[in-house]
Amino acid sequence: MKNEQSHETTKKFGMVINLDLCTGCGSCMVACMAENNVPFKPDETDKLKSITWMRVYRLTNGKSFPETDICYLPRPCQHCEGHGGHSPCVSVCPATATDYDSQTGIVSQIYTRCFGCRYCMAACPYHARYFNWFDPVWPDGMEKYLNPNVSPRMRGVVEKCSFCYHRYQAAKDRAYVEGQREIEEGDYQTACTQACPAGAITFGDLNNPEHAVYKLKQDANAFRLLERLGTNPKVYYISSKEWVRRAADNYLPNEKTGK
Amino acid sequence: MKIDRRCFLSLAIGAGAGIALSPLPWKLTDDLAIWTQNWQWTPVPKRGAAKTVNSVCTLCPGGCGISVRKIDDRAVKIEGMETHPVNRGGICTLGLCGLQLLYGPTRVKGPLKRVADRGKGQWMPITWDQAIREVTEKLSAIRKSGRPQSVATMSGASSATLDALLDRFGQAYGTPNTIRFPSVDDAYHLSVSLMSGGKARVAFDFEHAGYVLSFGAGLLDGWGSPVRMFKANALWKQSGVKLVQVEPRLSRTAAKADTWISIVPGSETALALAMAHVIISESLYQAEFVESCSEGMEGFKEFVAAKYTPDIAAKMTGVDAATITMLAREFAKSKRPIAVCGRGQGTIPGSMDMFMATQVLNALVGNLNQPGGVWFVTDQTMQEWPEVEPDAAAKAGLAYPRLDGAKGMVPLKRSLPNQFVQAVASGKDYPIEALLVIESNPLYTLNDTALVKQAFSKIPFIVSFSSFMDDTAAYADMILPNPVYLERMEDVIGASGFPYPTIGLSQPVVKPQCNTRHVGDVLIQLAKGLGDTMARAFAWKDFSACLEASLGDRFKTLKKSVFQVDKSYQPPAPNEIFASERFSFIPRGIQADVAFKPIAAEGDTGGYPLMLMAYDTMRLSNGYIGNPPFLTKILEDTVLKNQDCLIEINPKSAKAAGLDEGDRAEIQTPKGKALVRIHLDDGIMPGIVAIPRGLGHEAYDVYLAGKGINVNSLVGSLSDPISGFEAAWGIRAKLSKA
Repeated sequence: MKNEQSHETTKKFGMVINLDLCTGCGSCMVACMAENNVPFKPDETDKLKSITWMRVYRLTNGKSFPETDICYLPRPCQHCEGHGGHSPCVSVCPATATDYDSQTGIVSQIYTRCFGCRYCMAACPYHARYFNWFDPVWPDGMEKYLNPNVSPRMRGVVEKCSFCYHRYQAAKDRAYVEGQREIEEGDYQTACTQACPAGAITFGDLNNPEHAVYKLKQDANAFRLLERLGTNPKVYYISSKEWVRRAADNYLPNEKTGK
Repeated sequence: MKIDRRCFLSLAIGAGAGIALSPLPWKLTDDLAIWTQNWQWTPVPKRGAAKTVNSVCTLCPGGCGISVRKIDDRAVKIEGMETHPVNRGGICTLGLCGLQLLYGPTRVKGPLKRVADRGKGQWMPITWDQAIREVTEKLSAIRKSGRPQSVATMSGASSATLDALLDRFGQAYGTPNTIRFPSVDDAYHLSVSLMSGGKARVAFDFEHAGYVLSFGAGLLDGWGSPVRMFKANALWKQSGVKLVQVEPRLSRTAAKADTWISIVPGSETALALAMAHVIISESLYQAEFVESCSEGMEGFKEFVAAKYTPDIAAKMTGVDAATITMLAREFAKSKRPIAVCGRGQGTIPGSMDMFMATQVLNALVGNLNQPGGVWFVTDQTMQEWPEVEPDAAAKAGLAYPRLDGAKGMVPLKRSLPNQFVQAVASGKDYPIEALLVIESNPLYTLNDTALVKQAFSKIPFIVSFSSFMDDTAAYADMILPNPVYLERMEDVIGASGFPYPTIGLSQPVVKPQCNTRHVGDVLIQLAKGLGDTMARAFAWKDFSACLEASLGDRFKTLKKSVFQVDKSYQPPAPNEIFASERFSFIPRGIQADVAFKPIAAEGDTGGYPLMLMAYDTMRLSNGYIGNPPFLTKILEDTVLKNQDCLIEINPKSAKAAGLDEGDRAEIQTPKGKALVRIHLDDGIMPGIVAIPRGLGHEAYDVYLAGKGINVNSLVGSLSDPISGFEAAWGIRAKLSKA
């Protein structure tokens, strides 16, 4: 109980995505949609109205054939910590529908509290938040595959990646049943991490030296998106390509990347 | 008291302030939010007991293991099976969408009979008894009139037992026309027969390779067993294994490769042969293997020295001579190099020249049946069934030649759907009176769709066994729906490209959702209805009994374990596999000129300045399985925008044609024309335009029908002169502003 009052972060769940391994296949996107009951419409080609908690961007180096190069960049919610939990979206939410959980470092979204003002979408520099412009409609019979651990959202609310928080809850429940042991790294993994056929995504507690992400985030080629905004995101990327690292932030022509 | 203006205003403001300070507006806003968020049509998924069922995915030949999470009797999520050696917990985009196929709106709910003109979509539900009775009567009448050869089956069956059952049906009924859809695996298989003698599935020990050279194989675009390839690539990246991709377009594979060699399409063989020339002339080949296990080296050496020096090849390929020499040296000097081919996902077998040139490179570096090399795998076999005893009618029918012209030239079940369709359309030899279509969608997947439709319009009776209202089912006379892969039991032997013998048993994960029957059960019932020798040849109670008969003791263990893999498998040593026959650099009985002659694309360069190529992507299912809604959702808006397909073109070529990003244009090929939009992309060679396979369906549901164009309808069919396999990889085209 004492911990809940504290602003001290005990766990800090985060991701390291190795862009050298990512092939841009899109399994993470589909795994996320299947896990989190994300709806679909007959026409999803207007990407501004298409809900994809995880979205794979295609970056190019801007050079012409045959020097051109592409890199795929999966973008979940970055679960920004900001400074002391003041992530951009949390700070602007008038309904307290989104909050920074100091226990896990996860930015939550409570759909039934959200009244759809979309301030958070304006505040998010990563376009990681999506508004339900329409009621979700599953063709007759298809609602059978809906996951009972995640509530389907209704028209008029904002939604986003939750780092599959329901899986964390399930892992904690299992740990409780098994005698309140600490949850292990493998007990709680997001759907995209689990599905990635290339093994490009690693998920774990960034504060825990035992977890793989702890070491990976210190890789010489590790970087975060728009790091200099001070959003302090918890999703790290690794790329051996300089042009990819440059694409992650706004650099002046002569400016060097890295710290 | 008189209420003046001042008093009114102060009261109004006071009331306003009072309300604002009271909980009323907040309570109302809150209530409003709750009310608008509790539409009764937002579903609330039911809770229940959770459990996991393991099975084998048969959506592609990859043979991955899947774990399906269930809540009571509902399947809620498909995940990769952690312990399966092929995918080791990973899962691809299509595999993840399986439940949308299971519960989707395109399912055929029960047997249907056409009531209006063909393809008009007007159906009458009928009972299974009536459906089987009508098909039996039809087949019986054809057989009694002495024309059993005029019944054909077209199958893309994933199950080895079902495949054998269909052959048996043909044997007992008396038709040689059992057509299945060949893939890159069959072309590899044939290359082994032609160059080394013998029968084997060709596989690649990618996990231990030291260098990978791919001639257009979409290794990371769905080639082979996709998840395994992604994992292999991750391994290469982490251990510094170099991947070289030879392809005119910056595909996902090319983008992840260490070196991307953009090449004039259709000239890949020339590059491989020029590399072979460098390797031979610089004596970089594995002398031990070449001397003890091969033959024909001298003749081959002369052939490439005369026709494929790097300078000559440079002109054909657009790759400069220095790069060719560098590649050849790098390839030959690497430890455990592998050369691989098979365009895109390898669903179309392609021309033999490429396969044989690839095998030449592999033989030169002596990595056939070596760790980290190309393996010739003998998979587990099924147990023999009792011989079929064809009666007089069947014998007469079987005496007819196959309509597709495939003969027993090689020791494998070869069939040529492309040539079958041509024969039916032209009406030569003999007509086809009834066609049974199983697990395939020929009206969509075969090149030259117009010709396929013409051929099908000549067939008076088409029965589709499809689970979905696909393009071919929509054009059939009767649909006898098969359960989908999550509702049925089937055996899967081998995994495409995987070097260890595997066998899997796909399990029913959920109860059948529709009024379906397994096509194997229906075949057995049809045979029983046809009586006599047919009934005797199909004496099993049902398909499950038939599976048990072909798997023997393995049936019970596989039901529990789902898969078996022989990880201790070692390929035969080179001198063993070539004991009777050596590896021949020039296939026996074929002139080098003929063997290594590339197939030119259809159309003249004058009238059609551009080259149209189809490409494969992990985000589009392009075979029998139509793209599920989630996959269409993740398609980039540079591929599909509203209902329009975007065609990829280099900005230079677009500028020359006066076209800009997003413009509407008409693409025309010798086979047809279609409306597209322009997408400028620097990752494609000037002079080439590309469209993905998998769009442009006429059937299915609102999530897929009418989106984009079917590239197969723009590309004609070209048969490989050696194998007869479909070899068209592109077609000349022109673009004009629309």
